[in-house]
Amino acid sequence: MEQGFLVFEQTGDVIQAERILRREGFAVEVKAPPASLRKGCDMVVVCPIMAQLKIRSILEKAGLHPLEFVPVSDPLLEPVSLFQVTDFGKWFMVRAANMKVTVEKASGRIVNVSGGGCPDVPYLAGLLLGKSLDEADEPRLHGKTLCSYALQRAFEEARRVWHG
Amino acid sequence: MAWLVCGTIPDPSFPLGWRTLDYRTKDGCLSCADMPDLHVQRGTPTLYAACVLACRVLGVESPRALLVGDIGDGIGSAALYAELARRLSANADEFYGITFHYLFPDLDGHNRVLASLEGCSRRPMLVADAGFMYAAKMSGYAKEYDLFTPDVGEMAFLADENAPHPLYTRGFLLDSGQDVPALAKRAWESGNAARNMLVKARVDTIVVRGEVRGTVDTPNVPALEAIGGTGDIVAGLVSAMLYAGLAMERACRVAARAARRAGELAQPTPATQVTDILAHMERAVEETLQEQA
Repeated sequence: MEQGFLVFEQTGDVIQAERILRREGFAVEVKAPPASLRKGCDMVVVCPIMAQLKIRSILEKAGLHPLEFVPVSDPLLEPVSLFQVTDFGKWFMVRAANMKVTVEKASGRIVNVSGGGCPDVPYLAGLLLGKSLDEADEPRLHGKTLCSYALQRAFEEARRVWHG
Repeated sequence: MAWLVCGTIPDPSFPLGWRTLDYRTKDGCLSCADMPDLHVQRGTPTLYAACVLACRVLGVESPRALLVGDIGDGIGSAALYAELARRLSANADEFYGITFHYLFPDLDGHNRVLASLEGCSRRPMLVADAGFMYAAKMSGYAKEYDLFTPDVGEMAFLADENAPHPLYTRGFLLDSGQDVPALAKRAWESGNAARNMLVKARVDTIVVRGEVRGTVDTPNVPALEAIGGTGDIVAGLVSAMLYAGLAMERACRVAARAARRAGELAQPTPATQVTDILAHMERAVEETLQEQA
C-alpha cells in the first residue's frame, strides 16, 4: 500500500497525533522527515495514502492541524528500537537511544532518569521521579521532543521488564 | 573576560536573563538576587553548579549564565538564541568561552548564533553538550567547536552521518557503542565531531581530531551511569578547567577524574540524586588537581 506522511508544526503534535490515531485503530508509524524538510527536532506521521482524508478529519476534531501531506518517495529513518537493560542488584536501568530510566525492582518506583538533551527531559524527569511505573503518567502525555519519545520507549520497556 | 553557560530551566515561567548565580551545597540550590532559589536536579542547573564549585577551587570568577524557561516547545530556546546572537554580534570578545547545553535543537537558531561569531577579533572557546550539540552536528559545522561532551549513545549518533537526532541512530552503530575509538574516528571523518571530544562512558575517552589521546577509568563507580545529571557535571567541570586556562587534554582528564572522585565520595546507589554528588565536588576537584599537577 502506498504511504505518505503528515508534517506538523511541532514534534509535540506528532506525539499526540500518533497516540490518537493508534487509539482509533490506525497502524501509523513515526519516522524522521527527509533531510529537505528537517528543522531540528523533527518527526512525521507515516500512514497509508488512502486513509489520509479520514485521518485528517480525526486529527482536526482533536485540534491537531497537519501542515501538509507528502507521499513517501524514499526510505525514512526509523526511531531506535533497541534497548539495553543493566542489572544493578536492587535496581535495573533501561536505555533507549540517548535516554535511561532506572527503577527499583521491589516497588517499581522510578528512582532516576538520565541522558537526553532536549529541554523537556528535566521537566519530564521531575514528573516521573518517585512514582511507580504503573502510576506515573507516560512521558508521551507531556513530552514535546524526540528525547521525550526516546524516554517513552525506555519507559515502556522498563514497564515490560518489571512486569516480567 | 567571563565564561558563559547557556541553557534552559524546566519551568516555562522562568524569564530569559543574564545572571551570575551562587550555589549552596547545604540545600542544593542556585541563588541570585533577582529570582527565587532554584533547586538543582539535573540539566543546565547541574552543569552550572558544578562549574561554580570548580571555579571556586580554581580561584576564578563564577561563570555568567544566560538561562530561560523551556519545557520542550522550543519557545524559550528561540528567545535565547535570538538574545545570544544579538549580544555576540555586538561584542563576542566579551566571553572567554561559551558552554551550550540543554537547548531545543533548532538548526536556524544554532546557525544564527554561530554566524554572530564571524568576524570577531578573538573567538570564544565553544563547548557543546546535550541538545545544542545535536543541532551543531546536524548543521554540518561540528568542526567549528572546540569540544563536544557526548555520552556513549550520543557518540554513536555523532558517528551516524544520516541521523539528525540520537533517536534515529542506526542499530549497527548503537550495537558498537562501546567501541568509542572507531565511532570517534568515523564521526570526525564525516565532519560530525568537534575538534576535541570527552566521551562520557564506563571508560571516559579523550579524543583529539578523531584520534584517542587518553582514557580515564578510575575510580570506577558503576552506579553513576544511572544517576541523572552526572554527564552535566562533567560538562560543567571541563568548562571551569578551560576557563582557568588548563590545556584541553588536561582539562578533560581532570574533569573526568574529578567527577568520578566526587561520585566515589558520595558512595552512591542508582537511586542517589546529583546534589549528593555535588556536595563532594570541591574536595574532589582539589584532590584531582593535586594528583594531576
